[in-house]
Amino acid sequence: MDIARELLAGNRLALSRAITAIENEYPEANTIMKQIYPHTGNAYVLGITGPPGAGKSTLTDKLARAYRAKGKTVGIVAVDPTSPFTGGAILGDRIRMNGLTLDEGVFIRSMGTRGSLGGLSHKTADAVKAMDAFGKDIVIVETVGVGQSEVDIVKAADTTMVILIPGMGDDIQAIKAGILEIGDLFAINKSDLDGADKLVREINMMLDLDSLMTDWRPPIQKVVANQNEGIEELLVRIAEHRAHIDKSGELARRRTKRTRDEMLDILSAHIGTYIKQRIVDTGRLDAYVDQIKRRETDPYTVVSELMQEMLQS
Amino acid sequence: MSNEKIQAELAKYEASVEKAIARFPERPHLPKQRLYTPLDIKDTDYADELSFPGIYPYTRGVQPTMYRGRFWTMRMYAGFSTAEESNKRYRMLIETGATGLSCAFDLPTQIGYDSTDAIAEGEVGKVGVAIDSLADMETLFDKIDLGKVSTSMTINAPASVLLAMYIAVAEKQGVSADQLRGTIQNDILKEYAARGTYIFPPRPSMRLITNIFEYCSKNVPKWNTISISGYHIREAGSTAAQEIAFTIADGIAYCEAAIKAGLHIDDFAGRLSFFWNAHNNVLEEVAKFRASRRIWAKVMKERFHAEKPKSMMLRFHTQTAGSMLTAQQPNNNIVRVALQTAAAVMGGTQSLHTNSRDEALALPTQESVTIALRTQQIVAYESGLADVIDPLAGSYYVESMTNKIEAEAWDYIKKIDEMGGAVAAIEKGYIQKEIQDSAYKWQMDVESGAKTIVGVNKFQIENEEPPKDLLKVDASVGERQKAKVEAMKAKRDNNAVKAALADLKKACQDENENLMPHILAAVKTYATLGEICNVMRGVFGEYEAHVSL
Amino acid sequence: MEKKIRVLVAKPGLDGHDRGAKVVARALRDAGFEVIYTGLRQTPEQIAEAALQEDVNVVAMSILSGAHPHLFPKVVDLVREKGMKDVLIIGGGVIPEADIPALKKAGVSEVFTPGTPTSAVIDFIKANVKA
Repeated sequence: MDIARELLAGNRLALSRAITAIENEYPEANTIMKQIYPHTGNAYVLGITGPPGAGKSTLTDKLARAYRAKGKTVGIVAVDPTSPFTGGAILGDRIRMNGLTLDEGVFIRSMGTRGSLGGLSHKTADAVKAMDAFGKDIVIVETVGVGQSEVDIVKAADTTMVILIPGMGDDIQAIKAGILEIGDLFAINKSDLDGADKLVREINMMLDLDSLMTDWRPPIQKVVANQNEGIEELLVRIAEHRAHIDKSGELARRRTKRTRDEMLDILSAHIGTYIKQRIVDTGRLDAYVDQIKRRETDPYTVVSELMQEMLQS
Repeated sequence: MSNEKIQAELAKYEASVEKAIARFPERPHLPKQRLYTPLDIKDTDYADELSFPGIYPYTRGVQPTMYRGRFWTMRMYAGFSTAEESNKRYRMLIETGATGLSCAFDLPTQIGYDSTDAIAEGEVGKVGVAIDSLADMETLFDKIDLGKVSTSMTINAPASVLLAMYIAVAEKQGVSADQLRGTIQNDILKEYAARGTYIFPPRPSMRLITNIFEYCSKNVPKWNTISISGYHIREAGSTAAQEIAFTIADGIAYCEAAIKAGLHIDDFAGRLSFFWNAHNNVLEEVAKFRASRRIWAKVMKERFHAEKPKSMMLRFHTQTAGSMLTAQQPNNNIVRVALQTAAAVMGGTQSLHTNSRDEALALPTQESVTIALRTQQIVAYESGLADVIDPLAGSYYVESMTNKIEAEAWDYIKKIDEMGGAVAAIEKGYIQKEIQDSAYKWQMDVESGAKTIVGVNKFQIENEEPPKDLLKVDASVGERQKAKVEAMKAKRDNNAVKAALADLKKACQDENENLMPHILAAVKTYATLGEICNVMRGVFGEYEAHVSL
Repeated sequence: MEKKIRVLVAKPGLDGHDRGAKVVARALRDAGFEVIYTGLRQTPEQIAEAALQEDVNVVAMSILSGAHPHLFPKVVDLVREKGMKDVLIIGGGVIPEADIPALKKAGVSEVFTPGTPTSAVIDFIKANVKA
């Protein structure tokens, strides 16, 4: 199958295979990305993060339905943590979106973090591009907001939404502190529970203290995702943010920055792989390690020498 | 012997054990304590914790004479294929001495779909009988006097509809509702937590349940309106203590819902019944049954301030553990079921279903069902286990185990209370997660050999012959049932159906309205189960499961 | 390259007995697989489409109601129709020995009956998956 061509022609299996190639770092992933790249840049990318149990998948499901009702097509990339001990993962987000499975306007893909440091955000970004090129109007990236790599994923979105729930105790302080600055807007889920108003006040207080605040103050929207309450309003908040960053030039700035970061990332990844392979190929790696261990030289000197040698050749 | 003396002697014994162990090492994986003495129950006050049969806290049994007057009800769960086939099986069971009926419904019926619905394909008549309308219910109980038989129905989400059909059939037989005896399972919380045949979200489901409580307390007073079930929680993999803890927490939720709806505890609590599993570990199970009675009595008296003794009595049905049946060497299952039966009887069950040896493979044949029923009869008449009341009381081990299970269950009940009750705990996925963890641990213990299952991970037979003559449900049952539904629909007064469904819809929208009379009116027009449930789906919505692995 | 075996654990049909499916899902995760569990009451169409979107290597189904002769082959056909020729399809549950030959003929690679250790499922997948 010519994956890229089939993907661009609307073949869902091709889209699925493209994401597998990206995820597994198959050599053809590069070729696929080259071919589909010209067709990207049309989807609006929404990042959703928040602590475990906040109802991210349920909210994603409702948002997707609401967008579908407006005639938009939706792609969803749902990221779940891989167990560091076994390397396995239960990818459990899809189960809350079963009602979307047979809607041809929706494509859901679950991904495990697979313990890749940094590489994850690069892979999810490419998966988003695959859905973008496929023609999805909205692409939602959903992930647990606990580690840096997860935060990196949602930071790459056009609009980043942080979802919180009342009654999370002391943990909330740490969580809020960590993800407050990345939220373009906040959704308070399960807002029919006690403590929802208190949580809204707390977030507002924290936002008041934020001296770096630009001309956009993140709105806080109360929702009850499993009862479909507040979803339409949330859509309005998202649209407002989109209109704001569009008008203020922020969207263009974000996308420029993203393109630059991405290009540099790809560049350094490729150079890194190339140089590593070269050293392994020359068979000198072990000798260097031994020398360093004996303190005859040091890693800094070795790297300087290698850089000079390899980049000049 | 004084406790001090016992303590000293125990120390001597322990010293002697050390030597013995060197020569005869104990099996690994056993609990640490190998011997029980009066010291283990020295704090158990006889009057407070045990007392007498028929007296609070009912640890020793709910009736004063237990099986000396009358044996438990030998109630065999049955039903498959069409109403005609199941009717034949029921009449055979009554002839061979079963004293109560227990209806199994197929999955489309349990989830409120007609046999004609696309989602029902392949499922019609498979795990029970297909009931689409009052017409099928009339056939199911043809020539069975509903004034004489007591009928238990394993039906939950659409329990109100099936009960209404039963009342309507009785009416046609000339039997008034106040004469009807039986039970509907009607326990939706364990469906969310363990069994999976839910339809509506918790709130409207709880309303349906309290509507039934209220309706029956006035109109069907001898009916057990709910069978709060630990059986399926255990089947899903819980421990003994979790089984009773989660179930009693469910029971508390039902009582609170009914009280909130304006009922008085003593008006409905006497009609609540429970449903326990009988597992392989005989003594642990006996302790579990006893502990459950004691906990419920305390809950009713101290938490709900019930006054009628009947409100405080935990009456229960038991079924032997389906999950303990093995597909390997299926005749071994007869022995397992006999031991489980012994546990249920020594635990003081009010009724019992014994599983058939071949149920890990398929639905049971008539011969297997007869052996299962005979097992109960042998325990009742020949074993002597039913000759005295609560025969294991006073056993240091069983009493201490009863205390231990009770304490463990209270811990869970407290935890669930702190989460906001059983409904909240289920919505959080807490109860499901606890059950799953236990199930996974059990499986890993079997796979590591820490737990032995004869014929499965020890004493296997190489190349075992697969058993023959298993019951096969006729593959054409789905088509036949569909044709029956279509024919019935062509005959009925469709305007009356439409009007009844419109009336039901209006009643659903008014939270203060009791739905039972409206459902009863609808079933009498031969509106189908699916039509009635779809009206309710339209107003109530459907439950979305909480799954976290 | 970071390849993982991806498995869709599915419950076709209406039965709610998911103890086995969940135990298998966890065991597969602990064996290092990526597991997507569909939850209860999935139609063959939903299962096949989920298998496509997730590009799984294995579809593992569980049925305890006796609806397997109807539902297992249907899932196989739909998965193949969608172009996933290599996906390994296996089943488990209360399945009489006599039904197994027909299921295998319909394209179910292996059928696991009660009492099967999870390690047998894991070994079978590792030996037969085309990834």
